[in-house]
Parts: sequence; structure tokens; C-alpha cells
Amino acid sequence: MDFETYLWTSLAAFLTLAIFSFLYKDNPFYKFAEHLMVGTATGYFSILLWHNSLYPNLFAKLSDGHWYKVWLDSSAPWYLIPGFLGALMWTRFSKKYSWMSRWPMALYIGISAGLAVPLEMSNRVNKQLYAMMSNISWETFIGSGLFDPTSALSQLIVLVGALAALSYFFFSKAHTGAFGVLAKFGIWILMIGFGASFGYTVMARISLFIERVQFLNRSWLKTAFDDANPNHSIWFPLIFWLIVVMLIAYIAWEIVQHLKRRESPAA
Amino acid sequence: MKRQIPILLVLVFGLFMVFQYFVPHESSEWIYEYLLDWITIIGVFALVLGIWSLFRVNYDKLRQHKPDRGYSVVLLISLFATICFGFLAKVDGSWGLHFSTTEGLQSYMYRHAYEYVIRPIQSTIFSLLAFFIASAAYRAFRARNVLATLLLAAALILMLRFNPYLGPLGDYVSNAANWLLNVPNLAAKRAIVIGIGLGMVATALKVILGIERSYMGKG
Amino acid sequence: MTIFEKMMAIDRRWVFLLLAVVVVGTYAVSFQIPIRINSEVRSIYEFVGKLQPGQIVYLGIDYDPSMQAELHPMAYAIMEHCFRKDLRIIFCTLSQYGSGMVDAAIHDITDSMKLDQTYHGVAYKGRELVNGVDYVFLGYKPYFILQILGMGQNFRLPFPIDYYGRPLDSLPIMNGVINYKQVACVIDLSGGNITDAWVSYGQGRFNFPLALGTTGVMAADYYPYLNSGQIFGLMGGLLGAAQYEQLADNPGPATDGMRIQVFAHIVIIAFIVVGNVGYFTSRRRRATEGR
Repeated sequence: MDFETYLWTSLAAFLTLAIFSFLYKDNPFYKFAEHLMVGTATGYFSILLWHNSLYPNLFAKLSDGHWYKVWLDSSAPWYLIPGFLGALMWTRFSKKYSWMSRWPMALYIGISAGLAVPLEMSNRVNKQLYAMMSNISWETFIGSGLFDPTSALSQLIVLVGALAALSYFFFSKAHTGAFGVLAKFGIWILMIGFGASFGYTVMARISLFIERVQFLNRSWLKTAFDDANPNHSIWFPLIFWLIVVMLIAYIAWEIVQHLKRRESPAA
Repeated sequence: MKRQIPILLVLVFGLFMVFQYFVPHESSEWIYEYLLDWITIIGVFALVLGIWSLFRVNYDKLRQHKPDRGYSVVLLISLFATICFGFLAKVDGSWGLHFSTTEGLQSYMYRHAYEYVIRPIQSTIFSLLAFFIASAAYRAFRARNVLATLLLAAALILMLRFNPYLGPLGDYVSNAANWLLNVPNLAAKRAIVIGIGLGMVATALKVILGIERSYMGKG
Repeated sequence: MTIFEKMMAIDRRWVFLLLAVVVVGTYAVSFQIPIRINSEVRSIYEFVGKLQPGQIVYLGIDYDPSMQAELHPMAYAIMEHCFRKDLRIIFCTLSQYGSGMVDAAIHDITDSMKLDQTYHGVAYKGRELVNGVDYVFLGYKPYFILQILGMGQNFRLPFPIDYYGRPLDSLPIMNGVINYKQVACVIDLSGGNITDAWVSYGQGRFNFPLALGTTGVMAADYYPYLNSGQIFGLMGGLLGAAQYEQLADNPGPATDGMRIQVFAHIVIIAFIVVGNVGYFTSRRRRATEGR
């Protein structure tokens, strides 16, 4: 790794540690990193919208290749319509004309709703109902063992469990009698489902932290003390220690402040 | 005019999209393709609204001398700098602003802003959740009743399924976890998927038929 | 105050510290753990393995840096597997900060593909990947539902040019490739609503083989689609990524991360156990005192 890349990596490492400092308490390092991210990310996104969407899908069609000569000699002047409708969105800033922004909004909502009706019905409802009933094959009831998810018994549990869970959400009938028992079984099944999700979630959250530890070690710490690197110089460990000492000094200062406050609670 | 036209637009375009799904004729495909393209363009203008309001909030903080305005300065400078980097590029040996070509996306500063600022900060902010889930496990995850115990048991089996130190129990736990995911979990999630699907279709129909009008706001 | 009540009242920062020490401590020690392979991950590996050289895989990198820990290792393992098999890849991102993820992944895999490697005892010669021939990166567009449907009509509809500004028709890889019909399968890696859209609006409308890589948080939610055959494979979180790495004989950050997961999970389980023991002890004490 060359020195320039190492400097950038050190910036990334500093920002990573700055965000972690929030675990102790909210502080200026964290706030700085947070605002820097929001600003940079919004700028990044704006550029992406221009280069990847607005220019190729609209302005390129309205111009002869120069973005500032919009629509003068365009090949597809009808693209002025979506451009105009899009611009109507900006009437939201005016109290008097903000109602005009409802037109493009209505277009978007109408199209999205129209797309959703057949596709959501077919893919979330019909295909699931079909699978629920068609997957029960009676050739072997228990399959290859108690824990065989493809066995008829397992698939029967899926069928009854799904119907029970659905009936739990059915509030037009009181949850009493046989229906109450079914609804109760439904909430049990739902709880097992949520438990499975929670078990997975723990792994997911810890993965995020592990990745950060891997980054700090592999890209930053190891490079700082990697004598085998042909570009290595005294500046590598120096920058590393500078950042570490700065953060340690800040934490020490915070702890001292904390102890002082504890000694004189009246203040 | 203020309310009727939007309701009519939703009805016409909503019904057209439903119709188009069932009758994918050449002429309706042609309109369908244009609509997909145009709606994206219209949507992009809406996204610009969000960017603008972020700018306004922070600019106002600065103008009104709010106590935390220093951070707004950081935000605004980084916002404008990144936008400049996205247009600024070296082409044929000379620097310049390039609006109609995508050189900016490959420019040094634009890529580095992503790689060394956005990427580490975004991923670290989310990694804080690891600590919060640990704290939640310690303080809130209690077997208070049968339902909570079921949830806890399922979670524990899932959490132990890749543990290699369980000895002969290891295979059993792994198979149990696999069964749990593919049977009771499947049943629960299937019910939720069907519920969501029905809910989405019902809402979409209400929107198309003009019963649900909250998207129009007040006025 | 009993010892359990005192333990319940400790500052949560001690809990944070303990987790951090265990994760960093485990990371510092070098050891391996065996990874069990699930059928839902194996089916993706086998599907890709059966494809013929030159066939095209659509790889949706629909995630932001916030999910890179789990999904980036999946992307790397699949990309390396595809390129070693001389498959071609169409990259696209429908997530707003995903283009940088694709950029980084292409950059890294292009470098690693230059090296000679051996996987499962088979030697693969290093080669230079050519942008526009071996792969294409379409870029980013907002409103994923519209883009998934648009690409089903023609890739050129939402993406007249690729991320690097070249018209799609000028790229050899896109020669004769109109829409999903010319693509062997779609593998979508994402951590949000985009996954649902790929199932309902992509596979549901165009009927292509679809496999998903999701974050751990949402992995359990997609088993109904696996059971109904709407998706042919599912990788959930870091474990899914580690399983793919194992199958492809290409251990990477996910395999490395899973050994740390084992001990981090033990700590979390210990937290739950201690928390519950404390809860029941103090509940019993309160009940006794109340009586």
C-alpha cells in the first residue's frame, strides 16, 4: 500500500473509531463524522441521479449532446412531458400552486397501484396458497426422519400452522371456542417464526461489527506496522499512533470530567 | 380541478396497468414502456426535493446562528464538494466540468469520497446495532410467559446451530434449526406474506377507485 | 439488593465492552471451525456450476455499505465462481449507494482473477477481465420496481448507457441480449424491499430462475418463496456467505467471521441466561416479600 492510500485508509479508520465513540456517549467526533457522512452521501447521490438517470434518460433525449441546449434540436421532444410533470413536483414549495404537484404524484401512485394488483395477488397470495396445498405428498408420512421438512407431516404442520396464523389476524370473529384454539396455535407458530428471525438477527448484527474489526486490523493496523511493504516509512506508525493517542486523550478527558461531576454533584 | 384530476389520473393509469398485465398487446406494450420510462424521470425530480430540503434545513440553521451550526457547515461543505467532484474530471490532459459525460463518476475524489468516507461511516453506524442487541439480550429478553418462551427457545436453537463445540448434540441442533426454519417459521412467514399480499392488493384497489386519497394531502 | 439485582442495574457500557473484548479477542486467535452446508445455499452453487461458459448471470448488487458485512462476501464468492467458470455477468444496482459497492467488487475481483488459482484441485489460469466483454455494469436507477419491470422489456429502456457512459449496443456482452430471456439466472443480493420486488415483479412476471442473498435479519422471511419454488436458492447472512465460500473452496471474510460469531453468540446466550436468572430470582423474592 502506498502512503497516499494509507492516508485515505487512516481517514476511514479515524471516522470508524469516531462513530464507535458514540457507544461511550454522544460527542463532537461522532457528530462530525455523522454530518460529514450525510453531506457526502447526499452529494454522491445527487451526482448519481444526474449522471445515471436525469441526463441519459431525459436531457440526452432532449438535446443534441450538449446539456445546456436542451430541446432545441432534440430527437424526442415528447420527453418534455415527463420533464414538465417532474418539474411540477417542485410546486410543493409554493403554498398557492402546491396542488399541481398532485398530478405527477397521482400518475406515480396510479401506475404503482395498477402494477401491484395483479402481481402481488399472483405472487404473494395465489402461489403461496398453491404451494401450501400442493406440497403435501402422502407417499411417506414422516419422510426420512422427524426433522425432514419435506415429509407429509411437516408440510401438514405448515398448512395448519399458516391457516392458524392467518386466523389469528382475523378479527371479524371472536377468538373463542374451536376458532380460539386455532388462533392460539397461530400465535404460537408466529412466535416461533419471530424467534427464528431474532436468532438470525443476532448473527446479522454481530457480522456488522466483525466486518469493522476486520477492516481496522487488515487495512489499517497491519499496514501501519508492515515493514515488508516497500513503501513503508516512519510516517505509517506515526499517523496510526497520532489517531489512537488523540482518541485515548479524548476518552481520558471525558472520564476525568465524569469523575469531577460525581465528586461535586451540586455543580 | 385540484382534486378531481388527480383521482381521474390514478383511476385511468391504475386500470391501464391492470389491463396491460392481462392483455399484453403490442400497442399497450408500447404505452407501458413509455410509462415506465417517464415515471422514473418524474420520480427523480421528486428525489431532488429531498436533497433541496436537506440543504434548506442546514442553511437555515446557519443563518439563524443555531448552537450546532458548525456541523451544518461540515454538512454543506461536504455536500457541495462531492457534487463538484462528480462533475470535475481530467479529460485529454485538461481539467474541466463534465455534465454530459460520466467521467466525473470515475474521478479520483468522487470515488475516494465514497470509499473512505461514506463506506466506513455508514457501515460503522449500522455496526453499533451489534452492541444494542447485546444490551437488549441482557435486559429485555425474558421468558415471561409461554409465548415469550417459545420465541426464546426458537432463537436459542437458531443461535446454536453453527456452534461446533456441542459434540454429539451438534447434528441434532443443526437439524432441529433447519426444520424450524423450513416448517414452523415457514408457516408463520407464509401467513404474513399472504396477509401482506392481500393488504397491498386491497390498498391498491382503494387507491385506484378513489376511496383512499391520503396521497393528496390536505387542501 | 441481591447480586442479581445489582447485575441488572449495571451500566450498559460494560455489556458493550464485554462484547467488544470477546469479538476482538476471538479475532486475534487463529483457528478454524467447520461450516455445515444447507441445501438452500448448495442449490445456488450447483445451479451456477452447471452453466456453460459464455452464459450470462445477472447479479443484482442491491445493497448499501450498511449491509456490506454480510452481502459483500456473497458477491465476491459468486463473482469469482462465475468468472472462473467463464460465465459473463451483468451487474446492476437498484440501491442508492450500491454503485460504489459494485465498483469496489469489480476492482477487487479483476485483480484476483489475474492470479492463477486452484479450487477443488482444479487449476484455473489467471486472466484479464474485460469490461464490456466479460461483464457490464449497468449503473443505478431509483424506483426499483419500475427498473425491474423495465429491464424485463429491454435492458436498454432503463439503461440506455452503462455506468461508464457507453451505449449498451456498443458492448459485445450485450450483443443479442435484450431482456431476462437471454439471462441464465438472476441472483439478487439485497437487504430490503428490493428483494420482495424481485420476487413479485421480476420472477413473478418474467419467470426467470431467481436466487436470493439476504441479510440475516430478513433471511427467515423468504423461506415461503423457497418452498413454493419462486426462488431456487437462498443465502442468509454471513452464514450463507460462508457456506458459499466453502462450496466454492474459496474461504474469505465470511468463513473468517463465522469463527468469531460462535463466541459472540455464546456471549449473547450468556447475557440472555444471566438476564433471565436475575429476572426470575428477583420476581420470586418480590413475590415472597409481598406475601
